[in-house]
Amino acid sequence: MSAVPADLQYTAEHEWVRLDGDVATVGITQYAADALGDVVYVDLPKVGAALTSGSIVGEVESTKSVGELYAPLDGEVVEANSAVVDAPETINSDPYGEGWLVKVRVSSTPTLLSADEYRALIGE
Amino acid sequence: MSEPSATQRLSPLHAVHEALGAAFTDFAGWQMPVRYSSDLAEHHAVRTAAGIFDISHMAEIGVDGPDAAAFLDAALAGRLSAMLPGKAKYSLVLNEAGGIVDDLIVYRMTDTSYLVVANASNRFAVVEALQHRAGGFDVAIDDRTEQIALIAVQGPASVAVLAATAGLAIDGLDDLKYYAWGSGTFAGVDLMVARTGYTGEDGFELYVPVEHAAALWAALTAAGEPLGLVPCGLAARDTLRLEAGMPLYGHELGLSIQPVQAGLGRVVVTDKPAFVGRDAILAGPADGAPVLVGLQADGKRAARAEYPVYSGDTLVGEITSGALSPTLGYPIAMAFVAPEVSALGTVLDLDVRGTRIPATVVALPFYSRS
Repeated sequence: MSAVPADLQYTAEHEWVRLDGDVATVGITQYAADALGDVVYVDLPKVGAALTSGSIVGEVESTKSVGELYAPLDGEVVEANSAVVDAPETINSDPYGEGWLVKVRVSSTPTLLSADEYRALIGE
Repeated sequence: MSEPSATQRLSPLHAVHEALGAAFTDFAGWQMPVRYSSDLAEHHAVRTAAGIFDISHMAEIGVDGPDAAAFLDAALAGRLSAMLPGKAKYSLVLNEAGGIVDDLIVYRMTDTSYLVVANASNRFAVVEALQHRAGGFDVAIDDRTEQIALIAVQGPASVAVLAATAGLAIDGLDDLKYYAWGSGTFAGVDLMVARTGYTGEDGFELYVPVEHAAALWAALTAAGEPLGLVPCGLAARDTLRLEAGMPLYGHELGLSIQPVQAGLGRVVVTDKPAFVGRDAILAGPADGAPVLVGLQADGKRAARAEYPVYSGDTLVGEITSGALSPTLGYPIAMAFVAPEVSALGTVLDLDVRGTRIPATVVALPFYSRS
């Protein structure tokens, strides 16, 4: 069973979003991190990058495979988590906390899944 | 993440893996553990202590009869008749074109009896090839895959793990050489213990009747845990074999690849009576046929199977396997490249999803145990 915190929103591409005013914190779900295995490399969009919902903006790579990071919403990157670039294993150990990836200033209302909807999507 | 389908085979140890919380992957139609906890932790355990793997998906094929030795000399690439009972040899099944049908470990049981261990993905191709080639030889081919479980214990602590395992007795364990096998018993059941493996470490492969596999796994684990042994999945097995420069069928080996291209020319013995593939092997691969090389890069970004390899703007090859090496800390890969760019020290560019990453041709293996 993967944790799916009720206070977050989700995408079908296994990202989570925490909306705080017009700033969204984005990461990948525990389900995604578990499926990837040990994350060894992260490529994140740069601060100032304009994101378009659904476009590929980064990579999360494990020893075994490569996962693409999709923009979960439209907006501008205001912060990228450099700590997770230096210590990618944080994504496995704390996907919803220290393992966050980027903060985005949201420019339009995103369409996201609730925790229940995401739980149903991953069959849990 | 695929759900088990009706066609998927389950290992005799499947319930053990479920109880351990393994994540599973489909491998050649088998549901096998891909990891139990962490790929990296499992990998490091094998390099520093020990790991236990379920590789029961591998195919065991008995070859028995007065002509067994002569038959295998004709059917396979090596000279299996020259191998003594008690020994093991890496060999290949070739097709008439000199391409590789499968790579194998062949164990000689007695003068007239061998055990051929093939990849799960090639089980039926190998059985069919052996049966087809057996005409005129007094030999019986017997696929025992469903009766035999295969447990590998790999890593520097492997001898200690086996020595400490309750109920396990192996003749001459301490003196057993690499690529040799010995008889043993576990709780009164006969088993075969081979000093072989696919990790680049010292280790053993234990062939046991399926009904005793779970008890043997439990005994090995109980003895091994205090020595640092952990259960390991196929993800760790893949990075371990890649570091050790060992080929994986479907990646470094295939029907359109001659052994010499993959650095396995020494496995083919040409000065023996006719064998399948002989004429094509003597003719050699086409001029300019790609050859297998090792590649090493800086940074943390690994090239993966099927990524293109460039020399300048010229496409010169393709990655067959690649990963960020857990032991070495830098990206490693194997690739088939044009012979003119295969010399050690040549710098090539790997196309990692649109980004060119320079990599240097290096000798295989990437890692050897000290």
